[in-house]
Amino acid sequence: MIEALEILTTASLWAAVLRIATPLIFGALGALICERSGVLNLGIEGIMTLGAMIAWLAAYQGADLWVALAAAAAAGACFGLLHAVLTVPLGLSQHVSGLGITLFASSFTYYVYRLVVVVGDAPPTIEPFRPLAIPGLSDLPFVGPVVFAQTAPTYAALAAAGLCAWILARTPLGLAVRMAGENPHAVEAQGLNPLSIRTGAVVVGSALMALGGAFLTTAAFNSFFPQMVQGRGWICIALVVFAGWRPGKALLGALLFAFFDAYQLRLQHVVEGLPYQLFLMAPYLLSIVALIAVARRGRAPEALMAPYRRGER
Amino acid sequence: MRLERRPQPSLTMTVAAPFAAVLASLVLCAGLIALAGVNPLDAYAEMLRGAFGSRLSITETLARATPLILTGLAATVAFRARLWNIGGEGQFYVGALAAAWLGSEALAGLPPALGILGVMIAGMIAGALLLLVPAFLRVRFGVDEVVTTLLTNFIVMLFVGMMVEGPLKDPLAFGWPQSVPVANELMLPKLVERTRLHIGLLIALATAGLVWLMLARTVFGARARAAGLSAGAAEFAGVPLARTLLGVAVISGALAGLAGAIEVAGVKGYVTTDLSPGYGYSGIVVAMLAGLQPLGVAVAAVFVAVVFVGADAMSRALGAPTFIADVIVAVSLLTMLVALLFATYRVRK
Repeated sequence: MIEALEILTTASLWAAVLRIATPLIFGALGALICERSGVLNLGIEGIMTLGAMIAWLAAYQGADLWVALAAAAAAGACFGLLHAVLTVPLGLSQHVSGLGITLFASSFTYYVYRLVVVVGDAPPTIEPFRPLAIPGLSDLPFVGPVVFAQTAPTYAALAAAGLCAWILARTPLGLAVRMAGENPHAVEAQGLNPLSIRTGAVVVGSALMALGGAFLTTAAFNSFFPQMVQGRGWICIALVVFAGWRPGKALLGALLFAFFDAYQLRLQHVVEGLPYQLFLMAPYLLSIVALIAVARRGRAPEALMAPYRRGER
Repeated sequence: MRLERRPQPSLTMTVAAPFAAVLASLVLCAGLIALAGVNPLDAYAEMLRGAFGSRLSITETLARATPLILTGLAATVAFRARLWNIGGEGQFYVGALAAAWLGSEALAGLPPALGILGVMIAGMIAGALLLLVPAFLRVRFGVDEVVTTLLTNFIVMLFVGMMVEGPLKDPLAFGWPQSVPVANELMLPKLVERTRLHIGLLIALATAGLVWLMLARTVFGARARAAGLSAGAAEFAGVPLARTLLGVAVISGALAGLAGAIEVAGVKGYVTTDLSPGYGYSGIVVAMLAGLQPLGVAVAAVFVAVVFVGADAMSRALGAPTFIADVIVAVSLLTMLVALLFATYRVRK
């Protein structure tokens, strides 16, 4: 019991929280941008898988890690564009199209991976991002190793959350995105095109999702293996609902979730006699509990999942 | 160019849609096959040979189609009522686990016919209970069932791992993590000796007929379809929405659970964590390719089975990764969506 509490005082736990939260922050922000514009993007799980593999593949072929991240984002944007074309101008079911994108993106990912790495070979490794200690700040007691000795993409994720919140809340662009998700007819009345706004939002959101996947192969681990995303995409979709479609709360939700995940991983070694699977179940159960807790309270964008067709009500 | 709603959905387009979708998918995936240095036409010919070339391969394809018919029906029933059950994979596994658990000892003393029935009912109850939770959360608290059913799949996979390494582990399996086996006399009889094809295929086909009857000819079916077409209008017309959705959940979950029970009692005999190559997820594609028509599900399931069995053979012969099967199936889901659009809309300049 005491041991279980002592974990809470270790800097390594809290550093792990930020590390585990990073892909969730990227993914949840991506899903949030899509949904604020009115498009549910269930392609997230597949797009994260794709991003993870593309980033690894680019780095494995000798690209700089930042170039690898850009390649992953571009690949994610392509699949996002496909989802956008199917759901925005064509107005197809966002549920089915999104699931189709997930199935397509993940099977495409595994197919390409198998072209490069044959069955039976150990997953080839790359040189991942090293922790980037911020001079001065990283020497602070406790806070230093926790916050200021992370890898560069983690800082980028935190910055992206702030940027996303600012753009959505304070800029004309953000207003247009929110309006497309609340009342696309009003966007049309303003002389803007709700279809292009939604398409743009889905493309940008999908690129962010792919970055979340890319973090897994370029910073959290150093290789790609099938099933490595493990439902993180679906957890991001749950986080967006939990956050009431607000970027700041999505960041907090991701951190809270990552805390439980990091804690259960450490608890496994302390608590004896329980199957390890019970601990691994905790994050998924927690997501469902979180959804029940906020049910009925969260207000989804008014026109979420409602396709917009000119001249049709 | 813009889309204009047709006054009446086009029947020709509706019927042609799945064929156009599959053709488009095969054309699109040809590029990926070429990327592996394999001639796409050779690959497709090899896939057909692999799925239909011999008596053995035909039985293998039909054995693969059996669970797909049932998971396809599970998705069909749910999607018709707009209950987004994406948890077919989890329901498949709990059904399989329940079948192995009860079929190994508890039901083993019964006369075989009764015992087999018991095994299948066990799978159906397990699957139904698993889907009832998200369905209840949806009708009671308004929790979106897409995310909860998806997350449940991961919980179930861990649970299956826990069971086959723990309480349900087969002590005679040389330490391999696999469940206790279904008793020999409760295994489903084979349709063709020395193959994997078992009477589960007939059960699945009969179930498709029953589901069609249920949706097309019963009050409950009409209510379920009404709930899917417009929940608001259905409620206004006096359809008890919550009760209907819970009923749909019971049926849909039971169908996916039955798929798991039949796969265990028909083919493998025991549960491992790789029992299903994504039958639950592929069931969604099967249902969509069938245009959510129960009788079409059988045809669509055979198509998906052909792709999977054929791709295995093609990969052995020509070397392109077997994952091409998953790509072809996923892309046909997307092309089917587009093809169906042109049944209700037409393009105007």
